[in-house]
Amino acid sequence: MAFEKVLTRNVGHPEALGVRGYRDRGGYDALARALRMAPEEVVEEVKRSGLRGRGGAGFPCGMKWSFVPRQHPKPKYIVCNADESEPGTFKDRLLMENDPHQLLEGCVIAGWAVGANTTYIYIRGEYTKAARILEEAVRDAYASGVLGENVLGTGFRHDIHVHRGAGAYICGEETGLLESLEGRLGQPRVKPPFPAVVGAFGCPTVINNVETLCCVTHILQRGADWFKGIGPDERNTGPKLYAISGHVERPGTYEYPLGITFRELLEGCGGMYKGRGLKAYIPGGASAPMLGVNDQEIPLAFDHLARAGSMLGSAAVIVMDETTCVVRATLRLSRFFAHESCGQCTPCREGTNWMAKILTRIESGKGTEADLDLLASVVPNVGGISLCALGDAAQGPVKSLLAKFGDEIRDNLRHGRYPLPRQRFFDPGAAS
Amino acid sequence: MTNHATADHSILPESVRTEIDALRPRYPTTEALLLPTLHRAQRAAGGWLSPETIVAVADFLELPPAKVAAVVSFYDMFHDHPVGRHRIRLCTNLSCQLRGAEELLEVLGEEFGVGEDEVSADGRCSYVQFECLGSCDTAPMMMVDDEYHENLTPERVRQIVRALD
Ligand SMILES: Cc1cc2nc3c(=O)[nH]c(=O)nc-3n(C[C@H](O)[C@H](O)[C@H](O)COP(=O)(O)O)c2cc1C
Ligand code: SF4
Repeated sequence: MAFEKVLTRNVGHPEALGVRGYRDRGGYDALARALRMAPEEVVEEVKRSGLRGRGGAGFPCGMKWSFVPRQHPKPKYIVCNADESEPGTFKDRLLMENDPHQLLEGCVIAGWAVGANTTYIYIRGEYTKAARILEEAVRDAYASGVLGENVLGTGFRHDIHVHRGAGAYICGEETGLLESLEGRLGQPRVKPPFPAVVGAFGCPTVINNVETLCCVTHILQRGADWFKGIGPDERNTGPKLYAISGHVERPGTYEYPLGITFRELLEGCGGMYKGRGLKAYIPGGASAPMLGVNDQEIPLAFDHLARAGSMLGSAAVIVMDETTCVVRATLRLSRFFAHESCGQCTPCREGTNWMAKILTRIESGKGTEADLDLLASVVPNVGGISLCALGDAAQGPVKSLLAKFGDEIRDNLRHGRYPLPRQRFFDPGAAS
Repeated sequence: MTNHATADHSILPESVRTEIDALRPRYPTTEALLLPTLHRAQRAAGGWLSPETIVAVADFLELPPAKVAAVVSFYDMFHDHPVGRHRIRLCTNLSCQLRGAEELLEVLGEEFGVGEDEVSADGRCSYVQFECLGSCDTAPMMMVDDEYHENLTPERVRQIVRALD
C-alpha cells in the first residue's frame, strides 16, 4: 500500500492556516471525536498506537500521559516543546509555519486526555515567523469556538498561550524549558520529581514535542490501528518527519514511514551532492553518534539506530561527503555543546570544554598522539553523573569520531589542518 | 503592583507596560512575564538592555535586579552591551558549515571592518556567529534582525548587508 503523508498534508495549502480552511480539509474532526470519548479512552488509544516522543528521547507518549495523576488539587498543564534547537533539526518549524491548527488540535486533545485547561507552547525565540503564525491561529481558534470556555460546544475549557524563548539550547531539555517558562535561567531540575507530577509552576505537566502532538491529532482521527500499521515493528510506529541537510542534492523535510533506511532517504532527496561519495552521516541531530558508509541499510527508527550505537533523536539527518574533514565537523559540534552547557554539573561543564579544546588543537594541526589519548580518556567522563542528558549528547559525535575515524584523526595529526576548499557548496542556482 | 509614580517611563515605555499587563492573566506568577518583558524592552530600547533598563524591568515586575541581569546574560538573544542598528546572526553550525558558512563569516568581517560582536564604525551593524537556527535545508543562512536569509552566497551576503540602512 502506498504511504499517505499526513503530517505534511497541508503543506502547500495556505488555506489551512485558517480554522475554516483547516476544517474544510478535515481538521478538528479528531478533537470532536476525542471529546466524545472518556479522557481515559483517549490515553488508551494513544498508548495502543505505540507513539513514541519525536523530540529526541523516544519516550512512549501514552505512558507519559498516564503518569499524570487523575485527581489532583492543582491545575494541570500541557507544555508543547517547540524549542527545536538540536543542530540539523527544522521539522517542527515546517509544521508550525504551514499547519498550526494540526498542532493546536493535538494540544487540546492532550489537555482533554489528562485534564489540563491550559497549554503553553514554548517556541524558540528565533522562530519569529512561526510564532506569529501560531499567535494568529490561536486568535482564530478562539474566535471559532475551538479554544476558550466552551471548546466545540462541549463545555470543556482550554486556553493556549504562545511563549517565546530567548536563545538557549538547554531550554529544549524539558525541565530547563520549565525553568525558562517560569522566568528563570534554563537550568535543568533535579529529577525526580518528574514533570508529570511536579512540572510547570509546581503543577502536574505533560511536555511533548510539536511533532508528537501533531501525531496525536491523526491517531484520534484515524485510530491507533492505522498508526500501528506504519513502521517496522510495534515498538517503532507511525509516520515520521526526517529533516535532511548537508551534502545532498535536495535538502528538506521528508515524511516517510518510521524506519525507512538511510539509503532510501538519500535516494528520495536526489542523492549525494553532485554525485560525490558519502563519508559519514548523523542520523538524529548533533547528539547522535556518526555513522558511515557501511551503515546505509539501517532503518532510521528508535531501536534499530540504538542497536547500531547511535540514535534517532530528532531525526535530523546531516550528510557529509568524501571531501569533508570529519575532525572539523566534530569540533564544530563540540564547540556547540561547550557553549550550550548550562554549567550546573562539573563533568558536563568541564568535559565539553576539554573536548572542544583538544579537538581544536588536533584540527589546527598542532595536536599530538598524547592529545588523542587525552581525548579518549575524557570522553567517557563527560556524561553520566549529571542532571540532564546534554553531557551524554556531547559525547556522541566525539565517541563516533574516535571509533570510526581514527585514521583520519591521525592524518590530521601528521599533516596538519585540512585546507578548506572554497566555494564548493554555494549553489547560486538554488538561491531565490 | 509597581509604584508607577516613581518608575521611569522613558526607560520602559508605557506601551510595553500595557502589553505586559495584558499578558498577566496568562500566567500564575509574575516572574513568568520576565522573558516576554525583556523581549519587548530590548526592542524598545534599540536592541540591547542597559543597566538602567534592567533595573526598570526589575522594578516593573518586582524582581531583584540581579536576577534580571542573570537572565539577560544567560540567553543569547538578550544583549547587555550596545549592538548595531541591525543585528546579524550567521549560523555556523554543522549544516551551514558544510555549505560554506565559514567563508560568509569572513565576508561579514570585510564588509563591516570590525570583529564579531563589535559595532561597525557607522553604528549600522553588529554580527555574531550563531548556533543552528533551524534552517538547515536552505544553508548557509543568516538572520538579519527578525528575518531569515537563506541559500546565501558571498555575493548575496554583500548585497543584503549593503542594502541595510
Ligand atoms: C539538551 C537537550 C535538548 C533538547 N532539546 C529538545 C528540543 O529542542 N525539542 C524537543 O522537542 N525536545 C528536546 N529535548 C527532549 C526533551 O527533554 C523531552 O524529552 C521532549 O520534549 C519530550 O517530548 P516528546 O516525548 O514528545 O518527545 C531535549 C533534550 C535535551 C537533553
Ligand atoms: S548535564 Fe550539562 S547542561 Fe545538563 S544540567 Fe548538567 S551542566 Fe547543565
